Amino acid sequence: MNLGKILKNAFLLVILGLIVTSCATKKSVKTTTTTTDSSSTTKAAEAAETQKADPIEKLDALMQGDVYIGSDTVGELASGVPDRVFFATNETILTTASRETLRKQAAWLRQNSDVTVVVEGHADERGTREYNLALGERRANAAKDYLMTYGVSSDRIKVLSYGKERPVDSGSNPLSWSKNRRSVTVKAN
Amino acid sequence: MKKNLFLIFLVYSILKPSISFSLVEIDITRGNLDPMPISVSPFFSNEDTKDKIKNILSINNLGLEISKVIENNLEKTGLFDAIDKEAFLQKPDIAHLKPRFEDWALIKSQVLITGKVTSKIINEKDYIRIEFKLWDVLGAKMVDGFSLTTVPTNWRRVGHKISDKVYERLTGESGYFDTRIIYVAEEGPKTQRVKKLAIMDQDGFNTKYLTLGNELVLTPRFNPTNQMVTYLSYFRNMPRVYLLNIETGKQEVVGDFPGMTFAPRFSPDGKKIIMSLAKDGNSEIWVRNLETNIQEKLTDHPSIDTSPSYSPDGKYITFNSDRSGYQQIYVMRSDGSNVKRISFGKGIYGTPVWSPRGDLIAFTKLHQGKFFIGVMRADGSGERLLTENFYQEAPSWSPNGRIIIFYRETKTDDMGKGFSAKLWSIDLTGYNERLVKTETDASDPSWSSLLGN
Repeated sequence: MNLGKILKNAFLLVILGLIVTSCATKKSVKTTTTTTDSSSTTKAAEAAETQKADPIEKLDALMQGDVYIGSDTVGELASGVPDRVFFATNETILTTASRETLRKQAAWLRQNSDVTVVVEGHADERGTREYNLALGERRANAAKDYLMTYGVSSDRIKVLSYGKERPVDSGSNPLSWSKNRRSVTVKAN
Repeated sequence: MKKNLFLIFLVYSILKPSISFSLVEIDITRGNLDPMPISVSPFFSNEDTKDKIKNILSINNLGLEISKVIENNLEKTGLFDAIDKEAFLQKPDIAHLKPRFEDWALIKSQVLITGKVTSKIINEKDYIRIEFKLWDVLGAKMVDGFSLTTVPTNWRRVGHKISDKVYERLTGESGYFDTRIIYVAEEGPKTQRVKKLAIMDQDGFNTKYLTLGNELVLTPRFNPTNQMVTYLSYFRNMPRVYLLNIETGKQEVVGDFPGMTFAPRFSPDGKKIIMSLAKDGNSEIWVRNLETNIQEKLTDHPSIDTSPSYSPDGKYITFNSDRSGYQQIYVMRSDGSNVKRISFGKGIYGTPVWSPRGDLIAFTKLHQGKFFIGVMRADGSGERLLTENFYQEAPSWSPNGRIIIFYRETKTDDMGKGFSAKLWSIDLTGYNERLVKTETDASDPSWSSLLGN
C-alpha cells in the first residue's frame, strides 16, 4: 500500500535526523573557568579600585575559586559585623573568610543576648528548584552550626531556605551567581 | 471552580461504532515529518440556535468556534495539518448529513470532522447538544462519532472531548486534550518575583489564579485521581507542603513536621503524598498517608534526598540524591528498600518523574553549562536527550505519556535585564517543541489526568 511506503520513508528520515542531531550535540561547549592562585584578603580591598580594569582582572579580584570575596551586596548585622557569607558552587563548606565573619556575628550575638536571628540560605539559579531548596537549607545550617560552636544557643537561631527564589543579583554570569550563593543572618526581633 | 463545569450532562451516545479497522491511522512514535491533512468543518447550527447561543454566550457562531478548538488541538500535536476552511467545497450542514467524499479528496483531505450544535431547554434551563462525526475520506465512511448535551459555558470542553476522540481513533493512543495544567504564575523583577498558583485548560484558555501572591508558592502537583493539588507555600515564612482543593479553595498543611517540607507529589492512587523534609542540614524523603495520617521516613542518608516520584503501579519511587557527590537519579522500592542509582551519564541529573506508562523516567540534566530535558528507562538505560537550553527543568508528563511540559528561563544581559520564565512542551520523540502560551510568566507546570464527565 502506498501509505506503508510513505511511512517507511518517513521512518528512514527520522533515523537520519536522529543521527544528524546526535552528531550535532557532541560538539563540545566551551566553558570558562576562573582560576585564582593567590589567596589574599587584600583582594577585596582592591576590588573597588579595579572598577575600570578589564573584566577578567575584575573577576579575579572579586572571586576566589568561585566564591565571592567582594563587598557588593554585603550588609551589616550590626556595626562592623557583616551579615552574610558566600559559598562555592554546590558546596556548603565555610571558607576562612566566612568563618571569620561568623565569629564576628557570634561575638556580637553573645553580647546582645536578647537578639534572635534567622539564617537565610540561598542558592544560585544554576540548579533545579527542589535541589536548591535543600542546598539552601544545608548552607543555612552550616552557618548556624558555626554560630552555635561559638556560643550562640540554637533556640536563638532559625533557619530558612529560599533556594534560588531570592537572588540579590539578577545577572546570568559567574560573578552574579557567586553573590547569590550565600547565607544571610537577619535579626528576627 | 463551579461544580457544573464538571457535569457534562447525559452520557455519550455513540452514533455508529465502527467495528471495521480504519484505513486512516497515524504512527505517533516517529515524529511529525508528514502530518496528516485533515478538515474540520464548522459545526452547523440553525438560526434559532444561533440566536439563543448569542444571547447566552455572546458568540455569533459557536459551531465555528468549536471547530477551531478542535483544529487548534490537533494541529499542535504536529501529527495533523488542518486544511484552510476557505478551501472547503461542501456546506457544513450537508457535509454533516452525508459528505461528498470526492469533494474532500479533491482538497487532499484524508479525514473529515463534521458536527452540529442545537440549543435545548431542559427543566427551564438552557443546554446545548453537540453532535460530531469523524469520516474517513479515502474509505468513504463514517468511523466514529458521538453526541452530548451540556450547559452552554462548557462548550470548549466539548471541543476537547471531540479532539480526544479523534486523536484516540486515529493514533490508537488515549487523548490528552480535556485536561488542565496547574502552574506558578510569575511577575515582577527577578530578585523579587511575585508567584501565584494558576490553573488553565491545556490549550491556555480559562486561566484562573488560585492564590493572591502574598506568599511565595512553588511546585504545585495534581492528584491523579481528583481535583486536589499539593504544593509548597511560604505562608508565615514557614515553607511547608499544603493540600488544596481547587473546587472549594479549602487548604491545609500536610502533616506535622519539625522543618521545611518540600518537593511534594501524590501517589498514583492519590491517597499518599511523598515529599522531602529538611532538618538540621539534611533532606530525607518521607511519605504521609492522607487517610491514616501516618507519616514515615523512607531514606536515611546524610546527603540531600529530594524530588521523589512514584512509578504508576506505586511499587517504586525514583528520586534525586547527591550521595555520590553530585546530583544523580535513584530508584528504590516504595518502602525505602533496595536503593539503586540509575543515572551514569556525563553531567548531573535532577527532577526524575516517572512516566504514566511506567517505562520511562523524565529528568533534567546539567552538563557543560547547559540544561537538558531527557528520558531514560527505569533501569537507567537508553538515555535520550530531547531538548537543550540555557536553563530548563521540571518535566511533567501528559496523561498519555506522549508529551512532556517543562519551564525554561532566559539568560539575562550584562545589566541583569531580560529575564523571563515560560512553559514549553515537547514530544517524546524529541520533535514538536512548542511554547505553551500563558497570561504571565510561568514555571513549575503539572499536567492533570483526563477530566471525567
